[in-house]
Amino acid sequence: MTAAEAMIAETLAAPVRVALVGAPNCGKSTLFNGLTGGRAKVANYPGATVEMRRGRFETPAGRDIELIDLPGFYGMSPRSLDERIALEAVLGKTGAAPELILALIDAANLRTHLQSILQLRAVGAPMIVVLNMYDLALRDGFEIDLQKLEAELGLPVVAANATRKSGREALLAQLDETLPALAGAKPAAAGRYPAPEDVRAHQVEARRIAGAAIAYEPVFNRATRIIDRFVLHPVIGPVILAAILFFMFQMVYTWSAGPVDFLDASAGALGDFLSARMPAGWLRDLLVDGVIAGVGSVIVFLPQIVILFTFILLLEASGYMARAAFLLDELMHRIGLNGRAFIPLLSSFACAIPGIMASRVIENDRDRLTTILIAPLMTCSARVPVYALIIGAFIPEDSVGPFNLQGLVLFVLFITGVISAVLVAFIFKRTIAKARSQPLIMELPTYKLPNAKDFFISLWERASAFLKRAGTIILGVSVVLWFLAAFPASAETLRESFAGRIGSLLEPVLAPIGFNLEIAIALVPGMAAREVAVSALGTVYAVHGAGEDGLGLSETLQSAWSLPTALAFLAWYVFAPQCLATLATIRRETGTWKWSGFAVAYLFTLAYVAAGIVYWTATAAGL
Amino acid sequence: MLLSEMKKGAAGRVTAISAEDPLVEAKLREIGFAENDAVELAHVGPFGGTPLCVRLNRTLIALRTEEAKAISVTIEP
Repeated sequence: MTAAEAMIAETLAAPVRVALVGAPNCGKSTLFNGLTGGRAKVANYPGATVEMRRGRFETPAGRDIELIDLPGFYGMSPRSLDERIALEAVLGKTGAAPELILALIDAANLRTHLQSILQLRAVGAPMIVVLNMYDLALRDGFEIDLQKLEAELGLPVVAANATRKSGREALLAQLDETLPALAGAKPAAAGRYPAPEDVRAHQVEARRIAGAAIAYEPVFNRATRIIDRFVLHPVIGPVILAAILFFMFQMVYTWSAGPVDFLDASAGALGDFLSARMPAGWLRDLLVDGVIAGVGSVIVFLPQIVILFTFILLLEASGYMARAAFLLDELMHRIGLNGRAFIPLLSSFACAIPGIMASRVIENDRDRLTTILIAPLMTCSARVPVYALIIGAFIPEDSVGPFNLQGLVLFVLFITGVISAVLVAFIFKRTIAKARSQPLIMELPTYKLPNAKDFFISLWERASAFLKRAGTIILGVSVVLWFLAAFPASAETLRESFAGRIGSLLEPVLAPIGFNLEIAIALVPGMAAREVAVSALGTVYAVHGAGEDGLGLSETLQSAWSLPTALAFLAWYVFAPQCLATLATIRRETGTWKWSGFAVAYLFTLAYVAAGIVYWTATAAGL
Repeated sequence: MLLSEMKKGAAGRVTAISAEDPLVEAKLREIGFAENDAVELAHVGPFGGTPLCVRLNRTLIALRTEEAKAISVTIEP
């Protein structure tokens, strides 16, 4: 084969790079999931698809396509990092430009979204215009002349309904028609951002074309109008928001109780089974005391994590999240942040890592930095196992009025994180991250029923990420910790073991805040991830059984810890930055270890002070 | 008058869009504001009456009083 032939063969074999672009909330991620069967985060607030996602699929004619899902943008005047990422990818400023663009627009917002199509056309990008949610627009009463639109734009236009297979057929057929013509065509040359006068000119032209193509346009969505009368009401709105958040935390407890107990009992039964069947020896101890006690104590919290994510995903996909940002914007503004910071911060309740990455929707660098630095204060799902363990062991299951006391304590811990974040942001904005406030211009999407497939794909992604961590980091740490705690074999007590010797070094520092040797030992591997502390405690107590055999970790702690120690431990975890992945993400997003180091220093200081205050106050109160 | 001066529930029509920062103007246009568009101040934020929530064509747009100053409107009954 000659070099030229090899090149042709390679060109034929390589998939066609197709980029998916469009405004937020026009169903990009749904189309991506539909076409690729792949997994992209689907949400209904501006800026949901923060990361660029890739997926492969084949057209009916057998063409291999690599689909790139880009963050949403309304037009080509980028303000946030997020939008810059999308536009630079389209313009080929980062890597090769896509060979074809699928420009998705919400059929019901044709008039507005057409502007970005004209801006893209001006850049010279080969493009197929996809009028998504066409069926919904028709149902609302829209009458759109597709042929006229196609003629006016000089671009292929297809109607689509991304959620259904039948709704994607026209698009697939169009791909097979357009792609052969592209062969040899040069991808969009490095383009530029439009000048202000271009924006105006494109707007006028978009209005003219929309006017010609839209035969009838109905009025604003009535259901959304009615719901918003309550949700955005100055008094009722914030009450609803508080109620939703409160309900969410109550449900994390009450609904999960059954499955959690079941998993806990299963882990215990598995341990007993192995103890009975395996010959005594270090291998049995490793499996029972190391692996099952360690990993098992974390996995039991899967139901709580699933419930928490269920709420967050549904709030995102329904369109409520942008409303919450609207309601809270002024409060956020007063502490020096932007209403948009609410989105990354709320995501941080699930996990600080996507939260920190979602901060790219924030346009101002200083605002973004502040948001990144306070994101770890939001109570992430990795803290849920820690909180759940301690609350379950030490807080009685009493009712306080209509509320469950355990759920109430969890709510207080979440709120403490939020209030601390507010205070810290207030201080940062006046010291290290001074800046003028930045504009807020945000669409509040029409309410939608979340798409079941997208919901389950996202939920599965989160749940499997949690299980994967349990199976890798936590498993590894549990095994290492078991060895350190069980050896040297001559060690009679925990203190004489390797782990005990390491913990002894930290003990003098931690003793003033009420932490014992076991906690000191657990905090060291707990640097890897917060929930590791739970598995570490499980292993430490299992090896040197402080409690009787057959007791769960929770019962063991009840007899081994005082209430002030338990409360101090909870206070510690509100602040402690014990997650290497978060610190690495801060490094990546800020471009320097300096800010990771800063986050570690300020958060550990807060953790130490808070745990100390709680311990001594509780002790003085005679708890 | 300016969009920022509208009363809640009032309806009007955009007469001009111009901001000191050209990017703010571009953003307002790209999200859908244009001369002659009908606007209605549908909601205001619960704390201090900001941000504003404007019904514009078939969308709802949230923006702060500061950005709303870039948009001039005439009130229509």
